[in-house]
Amino acid sequence: MSDTLLEVDDLRVTFPTRTGLVQAVRGVSFSLRRERLGIVGESGSGKSQTGRAIMGVTPPQAEVSAKKLAFDGMDLLSMSPRERRALRGSRIAMILQDPKYSLDPVMTIGRQIVETLRTHEKVSKAEARERALAMLQAVQIRDPARVFDLYPHEVSGGMGQRAMIAMMLVTGPELMIADEPTSALDVTVQLDVLKILDKLVAERGMGLIFISHDLRLVSSFCDRVVVMYAGKVVEQIKASELRDAQHPYTRGLLNCMPRIGFERHPLPVLDRKPEWAA
Amino acid sequence: MSVAENQAAAGRGSARAVAILSSLGRFLVIAVTTYLGLLAVTFFIGRVIPIDPVLAVLGDRAPTAVVERTRREMGLDLPWIEQFYLYVKAALRGDFGTSVLTTNPVMSDIRRVFPATIELATLGTIIGAVIGVPLGVLAAVKRGSLIDQVARIVGLIGYSVPIFWLGLLGLVLFYAKLQWIAFPARLDVVYEYTFTPITGFYLLDAAIQGQWDVFYDAWRHIVLPAALLGYLSLAYISRMIRSFMLNELAQEYIVAARAKGLSERRIIWGHALRNAAVPMVTVIALSYANLLEGSVLTETVFSWPGIGLYITNSLQNADMNAVLGGTIAIGSVFIAINLFSDLLYRLLDPRTKTG
Repeated sequence: MSDTLLEVDDLRVTFPTRTGLVQAVRGVSFSLRRERLGIVGESGSGKSQTGRAIMGVTPPQAEVSAKKLAFDGMDLLSMSPRERRALRGSRIAMILQDPKYSLDPVMTIGRQIVETLRTHEKVSKAEARERALAMLQAVQIRDPARVFDLYPHEVSGGMGQRAMIAMMLVTGPELMIADEPTSALDVTVQLDVLKILDKLVAERGMGLIFISHDLRLVSSFCDRVVVMYAGKVVEQIKASELRDAQHPYTRGLLNCMPRIGFERHPLPVLDRKPEWAA
Repeated sequence: MSVAENQAAAGRGSARAVAILSSLGRFLVIAVTTYLGLLAVTFFIGRVIPIDPVLAVLGDRAPTAVVERTRREMGLDLPWIEQFYLYVKAALRGDFGTSVLTTNPVMSDIRRVFPATIELATLGTIIGAVIGVPLGVLAAVKRGSLIDQVARIVGLIGYSVPIFWLGLLGLVLFYAKLQWIAFPARLDVVYEYTFTPITGFYLLDAAIQGQWDVFYDAWRHIVLPAALLGYLSLAYISRMIRSFMLNELAQEYIVAARAKGLSERRIIWGHALRNAAVPMVTVIALSYANLLEGSVLTETVFSWPGIGLYITNSLQNADMNAVLGGTIAIGSVFIAINLFSDLLYRLLDPRTKTG
């Protein structure tokens, strides 16, 4: 078995719309070992759709194609929906942006965690509860037994996102796709949640795809960075070398980052050249 | 569990009890206020309408002295605020006066006719919900497919075709031609003398008394009008459920549920419909209330001795006591249904429990 966890070659996602076909993702390729890969780009660059296509949760009208889309040597596109579903939530997991919307509002947090577990493993109710509580503990929720019985609207955003992480990690997946996991949270809570995510990913030796528009966050948190623009990868670079990025688009993004002690006036405008998207 | 945890649990329990009691109290206040409002409106209508109650009772040939005496006996010479007080007092006792048309107390008339309507409306709503909800869900899930189109057409016909016409067609086909069902009435004449209703819901009464021949006969009478009302509410319910479901299926928690690897069945029926259930309760309750008050046409076509027919007949005979009594009865049931659906709301949506 090779140590490549995920291989993506020429991934395309197309949406039919009233005004014709819209290509959200246009030939994205990268491969992932058990490492932390960041995908950055502005809104509409196709980074989220890339994550969802790998996960297999694109809307039904979207068309997903690729020369190769393989997880652990298994071709994701040719397998049956049932096989694909069995992977989702057990070996590949996903965290969404805002726990306010991504947790079912009428189901207690505990039941939502237990639901993931019991979908993929034959465990008794009592054991599932135990493991859910342990998972809540692992995401540093101090009073797991209480939070277990709470509804999503009864907890804060940071707590909700930890519950979301718990719900997705309880089965011990090998690949985690985190789609803007901290963008909806208060800045003070962002770091807490990131630390928890970082720790769990490191402990369990998982592969992580971290989708974000926050360049600074990605560069400090990931090993490698994929920069996307208009549905394409414009640059792949080690996070530590991001400062020396070559592509003008990446340079443009870097340029927009504010620095303490420096006046930015007027704010730079991102350069967008059609040939980068060609 | 430690002692502290036990105490905490007990504290939560009693806090919850207080919350339930206070919301029950609030419900009660709302119910009483609405009911008083209903009484006020009916009282006002009763005074405004250009029908002389004395004239309705005595006819136009009574001597003036008798008319004057009757007017006093009916309390019509009192100031209106006192009349209203007496009206409310009597209404709270369930006394709506005597019907001129049937010469019975209005209340006993209502006891007789209202169960007929409730039985029909209940059966109709059950049919509408049992078929309408799954149809709406399927139409939303398979949007744009054949089943969605069929549901759309079924709904469109249900909306736009007059129910009495459908009723007449149904009678021609199923009663006159095929003879699958019984003639328009609640029961065959034979049973009118051998069967004593208890609750007034004939299907229920027959079942309780084990008179299965009566049950079968009552069923043959009710099935067509109930199916028609069921179709009417099905058309409405399925359209509404479809749009609720489309709304829920577009939410992020559905993506999360897919990411968890749940089956489509579990996602649709366990998550999306569970969330759509809250507005769904309102829609079904409204459609039920609608059938309770608005099935006059159906009751006419099927000679169904229900409250719609009763009020219409009373109105045509200027029998104001009966009309107002019937209106208040329907209004009361309306209030009760609304409160009930409010309670269900609270049970279904955890977000409404606190605050």
